[in-house]
Amino acid sequence: MHSTNYHAATTAAEAASLLSSAEDGALLAGGQTLLPTMKARLAAPSDLIDISRAEELRGISVTDGTAIIGAMTTHAEVAGHAELRSAFPALCDLAGRIGDPAVRHRGTIGGSLANNDPAACYPAAVLGTGATISTNKRDIAADDYFEGMFATALDAGEVITSITFPIPDAANYQKFAQPASRFALVGVFVAKSADRVRVAVTGASEEGVFRWTNAETSLSSDFTADAIGGLSVSSQGMISDLHGDGSYRANLVQVLTARAVAAAS
Amino acid sequence: MSEIKMTVNGKPVGGDVADNMLLVEFIRETLRLTGTHVGCDTSQCGACVVHVDGKAVKSCTMLAAAADGAEVTTIEGVANGDLHPMQKAFNDNHGLQCGFCTPGMIMSGIDMVNRYKAEGKTLDEAAIRHELEGNICRCTGYHNIVKSISQAAGEM
Ligand SMILES: Cc1cc2nc3c(=O)[nH]c(=O)nc-3n(C[C@H](O)[C@H](O)[C@H](O)COP(=O)(O)OP(=O)(O)OC[C@H]3O[C@@H](n4cnc5c(N)ncnc54)[C@H](O)[C@@H]3O)c2cc1C
Ligand code: FES
Ligand code: FES
Repeated sequence: MHSTNYHAATTAAEAASLLSSAEDGALLAGGQTLLPTMKARLAAPSDLIDISRAEELRGISVTDGTAIIGAMTTHAEVAGHAELRSAFPALCDLAGRIGDPAVRHRGTIGGSLANNDPAACYPAAVLGTGATISTNKRDIAADDYFEGMFATALDAGEVITSITFPIPDAANYQKFAQPASRFALVGVFVAKSADRVRVAVTGASEEGVFRWTNAETSLSSDFTADAIGGLSVSSQGMISDLHGDGSYRANLVQVLTARAVAAAS
Repeated sequence: MSEIKMTVNGKPVGGDVADNMLLVEFIRETLRLTGTHVGCDTSQCGACVVHVDGKAVKSCTMLAAAADGAEVTTIEGVANGDLHPMQKAFNDNHGLQCGFCTPGMIMSGIDMVNRYKAEGKTLDEAAIRHELEGNICRCTGYHNIVKSISQAAGEM
């Protein structure tokens, strides 16, 4: 790892000001993506601003119809939160299957969303529910946030503070794990609320997470696995690698969507 | 450089560390506690698992500076005179061959048993296998590791 300067911030405001005075600074949340990237020398920030001690960025609150999760809340905290589990079990299940226990003890929702790995799990839940990402500067709707592989609407120096999820009536996340990394080879998040159904797909597209709008239309009038039996996704623009080619991934999108609808609760 | 203080296996330790020093480097190279292993350095194998404030973490994927003020337990700190029930169970069930992955397996094993007990859940074979997702063993084929953790879960 290249040398760097470590700073600990205890509030989002302090983190933002340390970031703006650094030459080429980066926030350090759980470090479960950034540190491996730095060890591989694919990133070499001049300064690391550790936000793991910023208590205001941590915590889960479940109120009527919404769940608000602080950016520094770990995957293990989301998976193990009893109140959230009874209101929105699909989100707890998703968090409980990210990586492994040690990764879940450190990795955070804010870090996952800032990173926007094309095979990450949380982006599917955020886009699939139409959640809102709040930063130290503004609120960003999920539909405006994801801008392709590893790209987001965040400006340099912007700090994610929390994510607000509208709690769906029923939802489910189906992850087909890539056998080596256990990231999603394809993952599909389906969420049904009173007036609409949303379907978000991760792992599959070269553009990162996306909504499968044809399936949304069919499922909005008939929320059954059969309703999408005749639909398919084009393999154009799908990721092809040694773990699965584009047509394999395209087929998985349909299969996993049907499974998610059947399992939604 | 950052000045850090932490408790490792019950003893206060500290000093000035480079800002890019990993927790595992502090443990192995500064404290000379070499039971914690580095198997991959890409955050995948779990040989480096230690407990930080009671939770299993990969010490190759945390900065020493970020552990300032923490309570850290390594494999050297789990036996209390006698072997810890998890260590004894690995011994009883032939849960290791070369032993390289074993410190991480034991630290992850203790962590999973503690969590399942705290939540009142049963740690059955399927749960142990799922919980071991972040610990790789090149020798045993896992069966005896699962048996060991299962035995210790009954004794802890
Ligand atoms: C072995 C392994 C398996 C994994 N498996 C999965 C998996 O199955 N599914 C999955 O989705 N992920 C997986 N991950 C990734 C994991 O979920 C990471 O925790 C997550 O992607 C990044 O979160 P972090 O808190 O660790 O962020 P960090 O690594 O600390 O930061 C990541 C990036 O986000 C930026 N950042 C962090 N917090 C903020 C913030 N609040 N505001 C703005 N920018 C911020 C950082 O500057 C950095 O650029 C895995 C990781 C490992 C090591
Ligand atoms: S050395 Fe830390 S996970 Fe392999
Ligand atoms: S006993 Fe050799 S790696 Fe597990």
